[in-house]
Amino acid sequence: MLRGERLQKIAKWGATPAILIVVFAVWEAAVRAFQVNPLILPAPSEIFVRLVQLLQGPTIWQDAQTTTTEAVVGFLIAVVVGVIAGVILGKSQLLEISMRPLVVGSQVVPKVALIPLFVIWFGFGISSKIIIAALMGFFPIMLNVQLGVRSVDPGQRDVMRSLNASRWQTFRHLELKSTLPYVFAGMEVGIVFSLIGAIVGEYLGGSVGLGYELVQTLNNLDASGLFAVILLLSALGLILYFLVTVAKRVSIPWHESATVQ
Amino acid sequence: MVPAIENVNTDPRENSAISSPTGQATRTTGSPVKLEIKDVSKDFVTARGTTHALSNINLSIFEQEFISLIGRSGCGKTTMLRIIAGLIPPTSGEVRIGGESLWSGATVDSSVITQLGVVFQDANLFPWYNIVDNVSLPLRLRGVGKTDRHRRARELMELVGLGGFEKSYPRELSGGMRQRAAIARALSYDPELLLMDEPFGALDALTRERMNIELQRIASAIKATVVFVTHDIAEAVFLGNRVVHLTPRPGRIQNVTTVDIPRPRAIEAQSDPQFVQIVRDLRIALDDEE
Repeated sequence: MLRGERLQKIAKWGATPAILIVVFAVWEAAVRAFQVNPLILPAPSEIFVRLVQLLQGPTIWQDAQTTTTEAVVGFLIAVVVGVIAGVILGKSQLLEISMRPLVVGSQVVPKVALIPLFVIWFGFGISSKIIIAALMGFFPIMLNVQLGVRSVDPGQRDVMRSLNASRWQTFRHLELKSTLPYVFAGMEVGIVFSLIGAIVGEYLGGSVGLGYELVQTLNNLDASGLFAVILLLSALGLILYFLVTVAKRVSIPWHESATVQ
Repeated sequence: MVPAIENVNTDPRENSAISSPTGQATRTTGSPVKLEIKDVSKDFVTARGTTHALSNINLSIFEQEFISLIGRSGCGKTTMLRIIAGLIPPTSGEVRIGGESLWSGATVDSSVITQLGVVFQDANLFPWYNIVDNVSLPLRLRGVGKTDRHRRARELMELVGLGGFEKSYPRELSGGMRQRAAIARALSYDPELLLMDEPFGALDALTRERMNIELQRIASAIKATVVFVTHDIAEAVFLGNRVVHLTPRPGRIQNVTTVDIPRPRAIEAQSDPQFVQIVRDLRIALDDEE
């Protein structure tokens, strides 16, 4: 038992760094041994040097801040609108049926393809990216909330009815609480989608943001710079996702998905 | 003296096996009627046609009486309980609780429904509240302050044998403990009539036996009138002052058997000759259905 627990702890905290170290070591060795063109695949050591350089550069923090703002503001809009739309569609069968083709249709449309449109409509500034981030994050949140509102346990509803609970009481003690896990499941997907939206938005227009930097490094054929920006974006994505899961653990500690394993 | 067969719809010849082991009911003669079911029928209309779930049910239940409602699956016993519980309206007929009509059309009289405590087949606790908050939820909905409702919840948890688990969450408890919590929740606002729909159906045989003893103790401690739905013959006879046998298609009362074994009953009551006889007769009657 004790030994198994210790092994599990080692596996949890040790495995990922160990694998990464091995991958980087093999990568480094292969690049040196086969003298790979650094324009195609730079060595990890080179990427690291470039990353440090980038972090000391004048604009990178400004870029990171811009991308974060776009993704987070867009995401928050997605949460508010997504929860409201999800509750309405989840509650009203009639509305859901009439809206279903539209919802499914807009799900199927690759939303990234709409981004140029938003650039045309809302310009090259930050607002077009926020709208794109909001749109990308909106769908997973709305669909999850809709599912959550429908999934309220009929047995628990019976309890509230037999206790002569008012509509407000039923909402507060049952519907809201039992939908929250779905809201957070949607948010976990939504935050990642919002970040993607912000980055792709920056590809297409504007002059700030990590997405813009990514395109710049590509134009300069700066492969190690490209890798360095990708690393920064991954770190940003990780931090944002982590913040959502922390919010989940604080808000619904009773739920299975929130228990730390 | 209380006759064994009280239902007017019943053909006496069908019940000859059951009518014999009767005698004085344990309730005192002349105690007031708590629950009156008058000519209650229930039809479920679907696209494929109409199902007669209940047909002309008549039953009077007296104060502090423990009624077991027994029948095979699909005989309408749960439907009957849900009508009494104010969850589904009857198609016709009347349910009176303490002399007041529960249903007017398809709407429930909320002053009548507040006298009821319902325990379902599943505990249906709210996983987001700990046990003490679950048990005291009905009081919270009634606007009772936190200190008072928690004090009451602790008393009840002591009564149902859950002392010390106040801060636990439902998922940390066993099935039997969850069901005890559900019973405590139903008792928290002192309902005069306790309705139970196969509350121990999901428990193993040993836990179930123990819960039956506990339930008997609790019911007599709080002087509640109980309607208890089950498909377990021994359980029905062990717990009930009277056992109401429902037959399906359409659901109607086949007969009512008085169990004249003094209460509280110990587990040994199950070897009492009268107990054995009633269980045997009911089994034959249930077997005779189709």
